[in-house]
Amino acid sequence: MQTPVNEFLARSFGLSGEEYDRVLAIMGRTPTFTELGIFSVMWSEHCSYKSSRVWLKQLPTKAPWVIHGPGENAGVVDIGDGLAAIFKMESHNHPSFIEPYQGAATGVGGILRDVFTMGARPIANLNALRFGRPENPRTKRVVDGVVRGIGGYGNCVGVPTVGGEVNFHASYDGNPLVNAMTVGIARKDRIFLSAAAGIGNPVVYVGSKTGRDGIHGATMASTEFSADSEDKRPTVQVGDPFTEKLLIEACLELMATDAIVGIQDMGAAGLTSSAVEMAGKGGVGIDLDLDQVPARETGMTAYEFMLSESQERMLMVLRPDREQVARDIFQKWDLDFAVVGRITDTGRITVCHHGTVEADIPLAPLNDQAPLYTRPTVDTPKQEKLNPARIEDRFGLAKALEKLIACPDLCSRAWVWDQYDSTVGGQTVKRPGAADAAVVKLEGLKRAVALTTDCTPRYCMADPELGGAQAVAEAWRNLTAVGARPLAITDNMNFGNPEKPEIMGQFAAAIRGMVAACEALDFPVVSGNVSLYNETEGRGILPTPAIGGLGVMDDASLAVGLALPPWLDIVLIGNTVGWLGQSLWLREVAGREDGAPPPVDLGVERANGDFVRTHILNRTIRACHDVSDGGILVALAEMAMAGGVGARLMTHPNNVPGHAFWFGEDQGRYIIAVPDYVAFARAAEAAGVPAMRLGTSGGQDLTLPDGGSISVAALREAHERFFPSWMNNNPQKETP
Amino acid sequence: MKAGIVIFPGINRERDMAIALQTSFGTVPRMIWHKDTDLAGLDLVVIPGGFSFGDYLRCGAMAAHSPIMRAVKQHAERGGYVLGVCNGFQILTEAGILPGALLRNASLRFLSMDCHLRVERADTVFTNQYQAGQTFRAVMAHGDGNYFADSDTLDRLEAERLVAFRYATKASEVTPEVNLNGSARSIAGIFSPNLRVLGLMPHPEDMVDPLMGGTDGKPLFDALAAA
Repeated sequence: MQTPVNEFLARSFGLSGEEYDRVLAIMGRTPTFTELGIFSVMWSEHCSYKSSRVWLKQLPTKAPWVIHGPGENAGVVDIGDGLAAIFKMESHNHPSFIEPYQGAATGVGGILRDVFTMGARPIANLNALRFGRPENPRTKRVVDGVVRGIGGYGNCVGVPTVGGEVNFHASYDGNPLVNAMTVGIARKDRIFLSAAAGIGNPVVYVGSKTGRDGIHGATMASTEFSADSEDKRPTVQVGDPFTEKLLIEACLELMATDAIVGIQDMGAAGLTSSAVEMAGKGGVGIDLDLDQVPARETGMTAYEFMLSESQERMLMVLRPDREQVARDIFQKWDLDFAVVGRITDTGRITVCHHGTVEADIPLAPLNDQAPLYTRPTVDTPKQEKLNPARIEDRFGLAKALEKLIACPDLCSRAWVWDQYDSTVGGQTVKRPGAADAAVVKLEGLKRAVALTTDCTPRYCMADPELGGAQAVAEAWRNLTAVGARPLAITDNMNFGNPEKPEIMGQFAAAIRGMVAACEALDFPVVSGNVSLYNETEGRGILPTPAIGGLGVMDDASLAVGLALPPWLDIVLIGNTVGWLGQSLWLREVAGREDGAPPPVDLGVERANGDFVRTHILNRTIRACHDVSDGGILVALAEMAMAGGVGARLMTHPNNVPGHAFWFGEDQGRYIIAVPDYVAFARAAEAAGVPAMRLGTSGGQDLTLPDGGSISVAALREAHERFFPSWMNNNPQKETP
Repeated sequence: MKAGIVIFPGINRERDMAIALQTSFGTVPRMIWHKDTDLAGLDLVVIPGGFSFGDYLRCGAMAAHSPIMRAVKQHAERGGYVLGVCNGFQILTEAGILPGALLRNASLRFLSMDCHLRVERADTVFTNQYQAGQTFRAVMAHGDGNYFADSDTLDRLEAERLVAFRYATKASEVTPEVNLNGSARSIAGIFSPNLRVLGLMPHPEDMVDPLMGGTDGKPLFDALAAA
């Protein structure tokens, strides 16, 4: 006996009463259990973007180099030499809290599929990770599992993990963020899209068998967490990177033929969303015969088949005369290959199981009449601008620096990235920690892509509009700092419960800031993902619009890193007023988390960045690092540690208090090393870009202008202490 | 010398290896599918790194039973050259072509970083472009690189001078601190008794281009190309 279908059941599937009424109107009858399941996942926040769509539409998505913007499996940009970069970032936050290893692993697997489904060979992964306070006993278990999961999956599929970020904050205690990004490369005339076409064409299922795992995962990702979230562990999928690797190779082999009409991976909402989206985009209908779907277990219902989120599965529409070619390729790779349906001209999806029609839904209204909400918003109140002269410096430079570079948010991430294979493929020019952006060369060419992920959630909390702009600007800056030409971004919008006006206000404001920055920097959004309801027990995360940026370098050999070479002039590009509001110095040293965050002047950002890039590419600049968290002195210390070289610093200008000058987080700045400051300053002046000499590199110590001094070895010791000492006490023994 | 690379499902460093071989040999290596059985015409058979069959069983255990491995064994017995790197080394030990086994790293974590290898002898076809006692840099990227063998086997390897490389400091000192995966006697690679089969964990093939961090691994491939 199946549960009766009614509004009560609809609510338990996550649909509102009003949404259920809409289902009834579309169907003209009570839907079947399976149909209700299909509606509920397609109309979940995760799949329908019902709360965010009105805002996302404002993002700039076009540029001459954009081939496909949002709406496809991933964004596609022209990078020259007849090639396209295909990339996207996606969250796996909720699963990663419930089951850190598998949650993170399947996050990597899912984003890889979004990219290779378009015909690209994945060449790099990045991860933007945000965890709770290290003091929280749960955090350690989550960090350990997430890092192992990312490594376990990425290392096995053989795609180098080349970059990302790790932050800690109490607001992520019950809701860590795992945002995974993949970048792939394809010939730009060989991009595969998902739209189905060709009445009668076979619909083919390939990859792993379907099991009962992950049923209603998309719905889980669309609600807040509570103490009983542990009960949702069965909604987390289990990853199989070996099968993924076979799928990559088999799909790319098939894509070299002309067999594929349309192809899409089965991600959130599995077979349902892939079938509905492929047929919907093609304006055709689709008949599915579930008896043909390879099943991992017996006795599965139509509902379970349609909603399963078993991993490593793809759906394709093939040319009928190429079915055998495709079958042979998948057989070679020992992967399941099954014709599970046909394309029809009905405009409907019909699902047949054991001779019974279990679902028969018109596609147009399922897609077009998906709910769309303009939810109420409340603006975040502005914070007061802090006067640095009124904030006492009780530590001095050396002590504050040592404290900052040792703190969890600024310490070395080597413990994390040492567990990720960053070199497989043999094309990694700048590995994690070597430069502001990862640089990965294209096999057999001089060309390279530069990649970064960025967001400063504490700025976003204090001023979401500014924070949104800052995240985009910092990604642009990091790409610029290696010498790359920034092309486009993917965004991963992580926010709390959108039904709360203050949260929706954060979202709307962050989008406004991003729009401004994307436009000013010619840096459009080509793909993205929204993760809402990041709350546990009613407590929301810091608003976190994580930005994944991609740039291109015509010649990989021109890329610069942040390692400071000896005996060069150290120069600061950009203006410094000594902005301490929301700075890490303020939080870690002065013990305050307040004030307005540093403003971002997008015109200045662009001018400074374009100048820096020009002088990297003409080989004047030998090392470059943007100034971000922790300000000038932290950036300099990072350069010194990377290069194993000290520096002697000059006195700061007397119109800014010392601690504010050295630790303020004014935006749009870079520290660079050049052989000849005088000549360089002349060029900067001609370009209208502020350049100030900070000192000279060399020796084994960082000699500070207030008389203090700290050896590079001591800096390193402090910088590298946190992660190993925290994590290498067996995390398994942690009491939950 | 003609080279071929064996591809098992799940192998993922075959492209890196092909680039390294091509750089030194000037010719494109032949790619050999694991279900093939023919290695005719090849002088050097390379088993690259990766996760053959996902390494869901013991690393390399499944691959060691693939059809091609019979041919690899015969090739080695005939005195042909074999190079196994990382998963390739694991597969060679699982197939019994080289002694010992590769256990989980002592830290129980994957290790991805540069390491220095001390060249234990320079009178082999793999190492004759290095100096005995010198170190070179290579990329380490493995979860199971902890070389293990019983003490008799280790003593025999030492006595017959079959240890190819040991983990060392840049200054050629073999210390526990740089033996990150916990290998017995810091062994990173070993030869067969005829010195024609080499298995090692770190990746010289990822160190053949100054852009990617250096060319320390190139002499190994240059030496093979000149043989």
